[in-house]
Amino acid sequence: MCMESNYYLGEDVIRAIKKGLETEVSNTGKEILQIILKNAEIAREEQVPMCQDTGFTVIFLELGQDVHIEGGDLYEAIKAGVAKGYIDGYLRKSIVSHPLDRKNTGDNAPPVIYTTIVPGENLKIVVCPKGGGAENMSAIKMLKPADGVEGVKNFVLDVARNAGPNPCPPVILGVGIGGTMEKAALIAKEALLREVGEKSKDPSMAALEEELLEKINNMGMGPQGLGGRTYALAVHINTYPAHIASLPVAVNINCHAARHKEVVL
Amino acid sequence: MTQIRLTTPLTDADVEKLRIGQQVLISGVIYTGRDAAHKRMVDLIQAGKENELPFNPKGQIIYYVGPSPTKPGKVVGSCGPTTSYRMDPYAPELHRLGLKASIGKGKRSPEVIDAMKKYKAVYFAAIGGAAALIAKSIKSAKVIAYPDLGAEAVHEFAVEDFPMVVVNDTLGGDLYQEGMKIYAVK
Repeated sequence: MCMESNYYLGEDVIRAIKKGLETEVSNTGKEILQIILKNAEIAREEQVPMCQDTGFTVIFLELGQDVHIEGGDLYEAIKAGVAKGYIDGYLRKSIVSHPLDRKNTGDNAPPVIYTTIVPGENLKIVVCPKGGGAENMSAIKMLKPADGVEGVKNFVLDVARNAGPNPCPPVILGVGIGGTMEKAALIAKEALLREVGEKSKDPSMAALEEELLEKINNMGMGPQGLGGRTYALAVHINTYPAHIASLPVAVNINCHAARHKEVVL
Repeated sequence: MTQIRLTTPLTDADVEKLRIGQQVLISGVIYTGRDAAHKRMVDLIQAGKENELPFNPKGQIIYYVGPSPTKPGKVVGSCGPTTSYRMDPYAPELHRLGLKASIGKGKRSPEVIDAMKKYKAVYFAAIGGAAALIAKSIKSAKVIAYPDLGAEAVHEFAVEDFPMVVVNDTLGGDLYQEGMKIYAVK
């Protein structure tokens, strides 16, 4: 799964880039989008990573409550699988064992794993390698309830403006509004799991997604930040109930190599 | 758009004629380095041990990249640019010693832009994420220093027509600022 997610760019991303090609007004911008499509083709054909940054392996597990796992520690098995995938697949090892002494673990383990328990008897595994460049431009802010939707909009636009060319645009923005600080960050990341451009089921949030996407693209940063109107392919918003005192907002940015691979066992 | 072809090593005259937005195809030898290698190099310079640097920066280009491992039968792994601002604390020292260009993606600090004006150097953007495609321009690759850093080791690449765009020129121009102005909807 680690190998496939790094070699094959998803059809949803390819569709979104092609759509961007139709509307992009900058010639350089168009050329860049074409180069990104060509790059995906080469990666697929030659079975090489589309991006050298094959990411921190973020894994979402949905464990059916009727599932009984035998034969060892599930997290250890996943960790071993990640190590094997990154070694066998010639993927870059980008993880250091301690954030301050910074020694490479040599096998891209450990992954970051989030587990939810759901009804049923299946185990769903979603593997999302997450590049450092886009992750570094992500941000979170604890707004006041009085800041309201305008405060949310301003923060999301500020994050995009500040990120500029750094996170390899065209990007996808996952926005988490509500919950506690870490919950906002988590639902922002979960928003990136949606098919690119799939709207929020909440009509008011779907409208906000559209408004933010237009405003971000109208800033003129364009593909790779070199000028144009295709800076973002999509804005995905997730919300969660919030404390009476709080309005957390998190923005998690994903680059155009928006990788995810899903299996259900 | 017309493309300018340049071959390394670069002279002051080579880089002084470049302007933001121009597409450039680089051929010749270039060197790689990321955060960890830059720290070691600048530590050497500050300790007065310039002769121990992995390469003499004069006239050279440094590419901010940590390639993925090389598959059997290939020259190099996927190797697109990493985000350049992390090298900003180190870049002025290398420009002082004659480094003529860096290749990466993303914004540079005012200090680096000033150093490029002062020491006659430019900054190129390669296309972030186009790593499988960029690998095609690399004809040979070898690690010349710091192998213990893995992907972050200093590599010497022989490149042919490696495509990039001038983002900062020797006049202090900045394509990220100017490009955005052209396409912003007022």
